Amino acid sequence: MINILAIDDSLTIREMVRETLSSAGFAVTTANDGQDGVDQFSKDRYDAVITDINMPKMDGFGVIEHIRGGGTNARVPILVLTTESGASLKERARAAGATGWIVKPFQDEGLISVIRRVTGAR
Amino acid sequence: MSRDDLKATFFAECEDLLDQLSEGTGELEDGTATEETVHAIFRAVHSIKGAAGAFALDTLVKFAHRLETVLDRLRSGSLVLDPDSLQVILRSGDMLAELVELAQAESDEEPPQMAELIESLVALSGAEEGGPSAPEPDEAFEFAPVAFMPMSFDAPDEEPEDVYKIRVPAIADLFRNGHDPFLLFSELVALGQLEVSCDASALPVSEAFDPDHCYLCWELTLTGTMTEASIRDAFVFLDDICEIEQVSGGSAALGGDLPGLQSEEGPMSVSEPENPSLPQVAAEEAAAEPATAASATSEPAAAEKSKAAKPAASMPQTTLRVDPERVDRLINTVGELIINQAVITQKLLASGMASNSDIMSDLDDYQYLARELQEGVMAIRAQPVKPLFQRMQRIVREAAYGLGKDVALISEGESTEVDKTLVERLAEPLTHMIRNAVDHGIESSEKRTAAGKPAQGTIKLSAAHCSGDVLIEISDDGAGLNRKRIFEKAASQGLIAADAKMTDAEIDNLLFMAGFSTAEKVTNLSGRGVGMDVVKTAITSLGGRISISSRPGLGTKFSIALPLTLAVMDGMVIHAAGETLVAPLSSVVETIRPKPKDILPFGREGRLLSIRGTYVPIVNLAKLLGFPTDAEITSDNILILIRSEQSGLVALAVDDISDQRQVVIKSLEGNYGAIEGISAATILGDGRIALIIDTDAILSLAGHFGRDMASREEMDYAQTATMG
Repeated sequence: MINILAIDDSLTIREMVRETLSSAGFAVTTANDGQDGVDQFSKDRYDAVITDINMPKMDGFGVIEHIRGGGTNARVPILVLTTESGASLKERARAAGATGWIVKPFQDEGLISVIRRVTGAR
Repeated sequence: MSRDDLKATFFAECEDLLDQLSEGTGELEDGTATEETVHAIFRAVHSIKGAAGAFALDTLVKFAHRLETVLDRLRSGSLVLDPDSLQVILRSGDMLAELVELAQAESDEEPPQMAELIESLVALSGAEEGGPSAPEPDEAFEFAPVAFMPMSFDAPDEEPEDVYKIRVPAIADLFRNGHDPFLLFSELVALGQLEVSCDASALPVSEAFDPDHCYLCWELTLTGTMTEASIRDAFVFLDDICEIEQVSGGSAALGGDLPGLQSEEGPMSVSEPENPSLPQVAAEEAAAEPATAASATSEPAAAEKSKAAKPAASMPQTTLRVDPERVDRLINTVGELIINQAVITQKLLASGMASNSDIMSDLDDYQYLARELQEGVMAIRAQPVKPLFQRMQRIVREAAYGLGKDVALISEGESTEVDKTLVERLAEPLTHMIRNAVDHGIESSEKRTAAGKPAQGTIKLSAAHCSGDVLIEISDDGAGLNRKRIFEKAASQGLIAADAKMTDAEIDNLLFMAGFSTAEKVTNLSGRGVGMDVVKTAITSLGGRISISSRPGLGTKFSIALPLTLAVMDGMVIHAAGETLVAPLSSVVETIRPKPKDILPFGREGRLLSIRGTYVPIVNLAKLLGFPTDAEITSDNILILIRSEQSGLVALAVDDISDQRQVVIKSLEGNYGAIEGISAATILGDGRIALIIDTDAILSLAGHFGRDMASREEMDYAQTATMG
């Protein structure tokens, strides 16, 4: 089973992501903020990570840096889930090491297809 | 979880976020804000916006976005907080809360001050950036790219095939950023026929080789009936780096629309071959680190893969959301259990069981456990008054702003827990009293300064638990009640006799009379046709009591005592004309077994109780409620002294008192209908139903019964008459 880690400080968004992805057959673990996210990340092996940017304790860029700089599973696809869109976001996310980005509000099929795309799940 | 559940989650979350927001803005206001405060405020607004977008709550999103822009400037230091911008931020926080409430009520109404606030926010968000049009919120909320739909291959044969060339340059960070060229390319395989050629000429052969660095570039040729959009979709995260170009294709042959298409898509496919955002530095940094990743990804990956197959079970759960109906059912059942326990005890005792027998002591344990269970169940519904108090903060700000007054609200005991229903039903009376305090209580700054008081008025709102009750106090440091005016007003409205002699407390209590209003002119705030009588009714309908005290020049204080829960109450089991009734213990002052000389005749049928030098009217409860009785009130009766704000002390005459205990309240209105003088019913230990009397209603009934007893002068007359 494809294992996804979703990091967002908004309960609503976490639940939406969980709902959407588990309905498509993915296993979803959620984390409440960046710090919680990297803690979770160290506990299991994930096939993709979805992270918010604005979060308490550690922001999304911190999460990406931590994962990319770590010793395990450092090349995991990381998707940034953000309300921003536009070129500057892409640049920033990419420079930080993100694989891609999803703009909030997301469409369910869009999210699923993006996860399939980066994890190779069919 | 359905969409509605998600929405409920959203609103529950909004409550928390708005709490954080008002906590943060409170710190901004009193100057205790740190850098983290501003970040927390920003995040709260940002989270509300993000989730509101998911539910297409456009007004909320629009407003949150404006506020967020200002907060972002505050966060980055490009906006300095001054009293004006602070006011705008405070009021915007209030507005956001109001918009959330409106969204929850599914109203798409825009509050009147919203446009004005948005203007202020736009002004604060830096007009130099292009004013109102600077950050267009709408554009920020396009939907994420739609999933690609695999093309159907049953397209007619004659449709010519397109040929696309895709050039993937050597993207240094391709692997580091989690891309897998294999996955990218296999997606194209699903679209058409793919030829891949790889240019590995840049691959170093010396130890300069960094496995994290991507040295390869590819050229792909895709043939099939696909659109450019579907290719871009597959390359969605790299579409600005890779070159996608249509080299030949059927759509060209289809004619007309091609030039337009090309001119539209042409610029998009022209991309910089070398992307400046992928600096070599990053690659060098990666190179500086030993190639841990390469080994890390191969071996342990296989081992960990099996672990990954297990679904992650540990999900953080902070709160439990339960349908309130289930809790109500539980409370009801526990109530029945308590009653059942009482029934068993009573039956065992009636059967001659010794009260020190084993089974009776087991029953004591049963009773103890049932009580524990009941308290636990009640605690589920308990909620801190904090959200309610924070709402009042908004009310004060709004009212003060509207009236041009300077008022601060101080709250105490926000963590005091009360039954959820109480919290909900207190909102309206509290709002009214707070508005009144700002409107009528607090004077203008000039008047205050002239009176030697601080220019800023203060309203204090406090909650505390006090012997089984919740005590809520609203006090202001305003001018106090103008008793002379209240008296004159009440007299002119015919509510009292113009020459009535009244104590200060009695005059203050005139405020609670129906139809009473002191407002000279109907202001926008208080002229809503709601008087303090409505507040009082709301409080008493919750089983509570409200009282008022005031000191001229120093302020006014309203005290509200409420039961902790609406489901259970302490009652006194009484008997009248063979009926069993329950009187709420909260209104009982004392019980008296009178001596014959203490009962004095008054009028034709009336009786007065002489107690410690004063006279209290006696009300025959059985007669009042219409039970058949001929019995005169004698010293055989037991008198229960009841206090009410309206009528002062009254003695209820009953036959007997049998018990004092907690009773489970069963609403009559839902099951039978409203009865004057009766508030609810309960089930007694023997399984019989007993009515719970509504003391305030009883006293007003008594007022009709013997109106001539009501006024003090006549009581004085009665006194002299019986003395003489």
